[in-house]
Amino acid sequence: MSPHDVTCAEFVELVTDYLEDALDEEQRTALEFHMTYCTPCVVYLDQYRSAITAAARLREEAGGVPDQVLRGLVEAFRAVDRDKPTDN
Amino acid sequence: MVASPVVQQVDAETAESDLLARLRAGDERAFSALVNRDHSSMVRLARTFVASQAVAEEVAQETWLAVIRGLPGFEGRSTLRTWTMSILVRTARNRAARERRSLPFSALAYAHDDDIDGGPTVNPSRFRPVGEPYAGFWAAPPHRWWSDPEPRALAAETGHIVQAALDALPPVQAQVVQLRDVEGWSAAEVCDALELTQANQRVLLHRGRAKLRAALEEHFEQGVQS
Repeated sequence: MSPHDVTCAEFVELVTDYLEDALDEEQRTALEFHMTYCTPCVVYLDQYRSAITAAARLREEAGGVPDQVLRGLVEAFRAVDRDKPTDN
Repeated sequence: MVASPVVQQVDAETAESDLLARLRAGDERAFSALVNRDHSSMVRLARTFVASQAVAEEVAQETWLAVIRGLPGFEGRSTLRTWTMSILVRTARNRAARERRSLPFSALAYAHDDDIDGGPTVNPSRFRPVGEPYAGFWAAPPHRWWSDPEPRALAAETGHIVQAALDALPPVQAQVVQLRDVEGWSAAEVCDALELTQANQRVLLHRGRAKLRAALEEHFEQGVQS
């Protein structure tokens, strides 16, 4: 059985399915074979993962809240009768 | 603003249950810290559903009011943030549906701008053309952006690039990428919240992430086509 290969142009369109584990056995083997000799595609996959990591970090970067909005919300929070939930 | 201790610990599980207890007890500082932590992400996500920044802000505020009302009944099966974000998605979707009914037909186009059947995510000119030896292999390969490990200083820099790229994505791509990669939701949770098939969710994720990568590449290799 000869390993199937993909081109680089095909590789870059399969990276998401690869990371999502949505490839069939044959496709996954082909991608993994391709990476054994194609450094640029390995670099591409690394960069793609870096983009995911960078997106995950956005979560830590709070942008702040306008004072007026915060005050209004805190007031609404204060107004809740904690014994019985209200409508508003 | 400087992150308070409440913000810094908030991800840890014990801090989470502590925070929940304080919120239920009516601790206003805990609530302020929570709003400070999550509000801007909520407005950004809401903005991908509705047609204006002002409406996105309203959706986020409406969500907070629902959170305040729902806190006594919240069972803590998911994190507060996940729960809040699911309320936001529901609120934003309802609001968008109402807007669409009351807006002229052209607004419908907004929802169909997600190039789910679009072309390649990497410029074809970067690969050797058909008819040449090694057709489909890299002609202009990507270069490493840094030698491992990633320099710490770059983290802040890439944050801006990625946020700008995320804000520029077509709406549903932006929703999928924000929920999957920023919020860390599973594929199943995203499909459920956005009513997408698994296959469509993957296509949108693929197209969105590829654009984030391309934006970073453009930043690191100014002048190289992406």
